[in-house]
Amino acid sequence: MTPEAAVEVRGVGKTWETGVEALRDVTVALPRGRLTTLLGPSGCGKTTLLKIIGGLVRPTAGEVRVAGRTVEGPGPERAFVFQDFALLPWATVLRNVAFGLELRGVPREAREAIARGRIAEVGLAGFEASYPHQLSGGMRQRVGLARALAVEADIILMDEPFSSVDEQTRRQFQEDLLVLLRDRGKTVIFVTHSIEEAVYLSDRVVLLSPRPGSVARVLHPAIERERRSADEIRRDKNYLDAVDEIWQILKQYVR
Amino acid sequence: MSDGPAAAGRATAGGGRRASQALWLGASFALAFGVWEAAGRWPVSPAFPPFSATVLALGRLAADGSLARAYASTLQPLVIGIAVSAVAGIGFGIGMGLSRAVEWVSLPVFVIAQAAPMAAIIPLITYVYGIGLTAKVLAVVVLAVPVITMNSYKGIRHTNPSLLEMCRAFLGTRRQQVLKVVLPHAGGLVFAGLRLGVAMGFIGVVIAELLITPTGIGDLITYHSSVADYPEMFAAIASIIALGAVTVRGLERLERRLFPPEIRGA
Repeated sequence: MTPEAAVEVRGVGKTWETGVEALRDVTVALPRGRLTTLLGPSGCGKTTLLKIIGGLVRPTAGEVRVAGRTVEGPGPERAFVFQDFALLPWATVLRNVAFGLELRGVPREAREAIARGRIAEVGLAGFEASYPHQLSGGMRQRVGLARALAVEADIILMDEPFSSVDEQTRRQFQEDLLVLLRDRGKTVIFVTHSIEEAVYLSDRVVLLSPRPGSVARVLHPAIERERRSADEIRRDKNYLDAVDEIWQILKQYVR
Repeated sequence: MSDGPAAAGRATAGGGRRASQALWLGASFALAFGVWEAAGRWPVSPAFPPFSATVLALGRLAADGSLARAYASTLQPLVIGIAVSAVAGIGFGIGMGLSRAVEWVSLPVFVIAQAAPMAAIIPLITYVYGIGLTAKVLAVVVLAVPVITMNSYKGIRHTNPSLLEMCRAFLGTRRQQVLKVVLPHAGGLVFAGLRLGVAMGFIGVVIAELLITPTGIGDLITYHSSVADYPEMFAAIASIIALGAVTVRGLERLERRLFPPEIRGA
């Protein structure tokens, strides 16, 4: 079972103008149709790597290839979900979700029809006319997710999407995310610093070491998710083993 | 520009709260005018008329048409000056916010202009442009432009970088970024700059009318002071203060309606 790579990261390095080296020689292939997490302690450059894949940050060494082409900037096949939601405060939920389509010049009626569908899918039906400040953090991030789903990108890049959401909301959101992604065949690249979140969600965990970030290990937690509840998954032996294995590796970085 | 108890008023406030706020506002005015009346009757100075005499004088000025004539003449440089300042100030502010080159050339000028007591250069304006309408318009512009420019500039420059990144990630062009993110984000601060600019414009026009040549309301003040008609002089002064305060307050309300703080980007 070796699915072809949707994203290939080849020898990527990033040194900021300040001289700080964020990433060094990162090489990793991210399989199509799977959820891969980039996991590591703070300061390991995982968000930087995600932004390089997204085309928002230029690497100073190496290249990222998406569908065989070198990434020069953002592209229609990649959509981003931001840690701080990045919603327009003066726009309604409907306009925010449709914003990616608006930028692409999709006519109003068409884009709003698509947006309404996505809003319903993320569980926000009825909130179309609300403004972001009227929503909780978890609901705002659902808007961010709906916006990314609306543009029909094959690859969804999620930058610590649940980090500013409380724990209960986060768990519910994680379960919903798995359901939402199950039949879509999307390639998801998900940045997190939570070991449990990484193992719970992903088919593949890329562990990054800190300063400068590079790939420490790639794990494949073989967890059976079909027809099982979240709690069953969290009691699964493979789940617990993977969490423990990652902790053993990460422990040496947190001193 | 008293920020009375009504400053706490919100559009969402219930009718009962609004009524009690109006009551408090009325009480505060009554107290102030009462103290004025007492001080005028005491008297503090023969040149300080009581409140009632000032109101009667205001009535006389209004009745003989001199007040209307004065404002027709005063509002001219004020309105033209604010219009010129709005166009120039918002234009420069947006230009500086969007282009590093424009910023490099003009930012120092506006930083100095905003900090300096610009009223000091009004005599210089007279030197160059004489004593006509142009000079008075310029006096308004010189005072109003810096604050309008700097506010617009800050509004543009302080756009949430995360929103810019979002716009780029969803394939927004630079043009879309400016039209759909940067300008809406700056709207609130630009409007606040206009409000402050209008307040400065009132100062500018009064200084011009007192300093350059006495016309309009400035003429009313200087004339009645020279013939010792103190109630009329105070009536003229009070009327321009009231007009300025009410205008700026009205703009503040409009601003809160157009750009409620919670959906405002900045």
